[in-house]
Amino acid sequence: MRKVHFKGVALPYLLLLPQLIITGLFFFWPAGMAIYQSFLREDAFGLSSQFVAFENYADVLSDPTWLESAARTGLFSVSVALLALGVALFLAVQADKHIRGADTYKTLLVWPYAVAPALAAVLWLFMFHPNIGLFGRLLNGLGIPWDYRLNGGQALTLVILASAWKQVSYNFIFFLAGLQSIPRSVLEAAAIDGASPMRRFWTVVFPLLSPTAFFLLVVNLVYAFFDTFGVIHSLTQGGPGKSTETLIYRVYTDGVMNLNLGSSAAQSVILMILVIVLTAVQFRYVERKVHY
Amino acid sequence: MDLAEKTRRRQRRDAIITHLCLILGVLIFAFPIYLTVIGSTHDVNTIGRGDVPLLPGGEAVANYAQAWEAGGGRYMGTPAGRMLANSLVMALLIAFGKIAISLTSAYAVVFFRFPGRMVCFWLIFITLMLPVEVRIIPTFQVMVDLQLINTMTGLVVPLIASATATLLFRQFFLTIPDEYVEAAKIDGAGPLRFFKDVVLPLSVTNIAALFVILFIYGWNQYLWPLLIVNDRSLETIVVGLTKMIGGGDSQNEWNVIMATAVYALLPPVAVVLLMQRWFVKGLTETEK
Repeated sequence: MRKVHFKGVALPYLLLLPQLIITGLFFFWPAGMAIYQSFLREDAFGLSSQFVAFENYADVLSDPTWLESAARTGLFSVSVALLALGVALFLAVQADKHIRGADTYKTLLVWPYAVAPALAAVLWLFMFHPNIGLFGRLLNGLGIPWDYRLNGGQALTLVILASAWKQVSYNFIFFLAGLQSIPRSVLEAAAIDGASPMRRFWTVVFPLLSPTAFFLLVVNLVYAFFDTFGVIHSLTQGGPGKSTETLIYRVYTDGVMNLNLGSSAAQSVILMILVIVLTAVQFRYVERKVHY
Repeated sequence: MDLAEKTRRRQRRDAIITHLCLILGVLIFAFPIYLTVIGSTHDVNTIGRGDVPLLPGGEAVANYAQAWEAGGGRYMGTPAGRMLANSLVMALLIAFGKIAISLTSAYAVVFFRFPGRMVCFWLIFITLMLPVEVRIIPTFQVMVDLQLINTMTGLVVPLIASATATLLFRQFFLTIPDEYVEAAKIDGAGPLRFFKDVVLPLSVTNIAALFVILFIYGWNQYLWPLLIVNDRSLETIVVGLTKMIGGGDSQNEWNVIMATAVYALLPPVAVVLLMQRWFVKGLTETEK
């Protein structure tokens, strides 16, 4: 904590004002509205609304299609996170070795960070479109019927692949930074003890990387919940049927397309609670990591 | 064969395997882009037929010119030049706006003692837990009430609040020694002078690192522009591109769409590659 300060009360408030106005107007006010609306129900014409207490929540939580969306979101998010983390860890371990051209490899693995999720989806669409995509046509040519616009499982697979593809470089950067902060002496000691490279990785390197891995797991889950909206919207629009509709996508369709405000608000509040839990876990863990 | 020879051989084999793994990794990320660039150099019929070529064709100039001036697709006609300008303005305003208001907020919280200081800090901090995705509809209603739909102000201002940037600057400001503040006070320099002459110059590296991350954040916005903009003259390139694709009809002008995709990719990728060192440092330090 700082001991010496400037005097004055008006100036610091003035300096904080822009940020506070924006957070008030566009964060707290809408969040409050979402909570308020989640207790109301509007009639079909949006002319009147009445207080219905927790009915919207009860409806959402007992709606089998919402529960299916929730299960799908879980499967989708865990797949994206594990795929993106696994590939990134593998590549980071390779790039951390003393080999020629290591820096070039790093540069060539870092740049996909700049690709927007929606753009990643477009690139994968170019590859896996059943009629114009190289691999899409290849699959069909081999006698495997491939059309992600008709087959739900294929659509979900494609959305997972595109989402994970975009996230690998982010994880790679963090894993590499984590690997580089492991003291060489520890690794050399393990090597002198005669541990095989595999054993060295799982008993020495991986435990030391686990704080990074856990932090990244939370970040990846949040990414898969929220930031993949662009991937789904530009690739499948939630379809075919509802086979790629995640919870966020559903809030969007219920609120923006179907104008079902009460239900959409209740769903928003449920998701807000989810983000709060994830963020709390992340920060709690980061506190521990500092003392590590 | 002696032991040294054996070890050398094993090391060579290991190095080759490592190289192969990394090359495979690089290819997985580069190939989709390669295919897109190749696609953007062929005519519409070649791609529409599905004869996806692996070598460049001769239509590059025509495709890129059409995308730039007229746009593509039968449904959407926003020229890529217009969309790129919109994205650029949006990304720059978001990046600089976030940096500016985070710098001043962090400065107020760290260098002053005033009632409500921690409340202000927590109010900013909590916004981390309210991403736009979970408050879509009510935020949209606020935008309608404030008549900010279809304006650049509406596109930018709600996004420039930044808990992460404020946290980063706060952390950094806490490392500035108390002696500096004392010296400034003795010299009769006020808080604004101290901010301009001491704090700002010390923060340059952090600002540069943050700029890269925030520029990309701004450029890659999707849901927000999708909600706020339905006027084509304000269309951003990432959203405009996916609107060109629509339902993925085979009859799309894929050559022009691919040229537009390349336009959409170039600026953020260039920023990351040119400022790689700062960016990696900024990323691993901000999000700790």
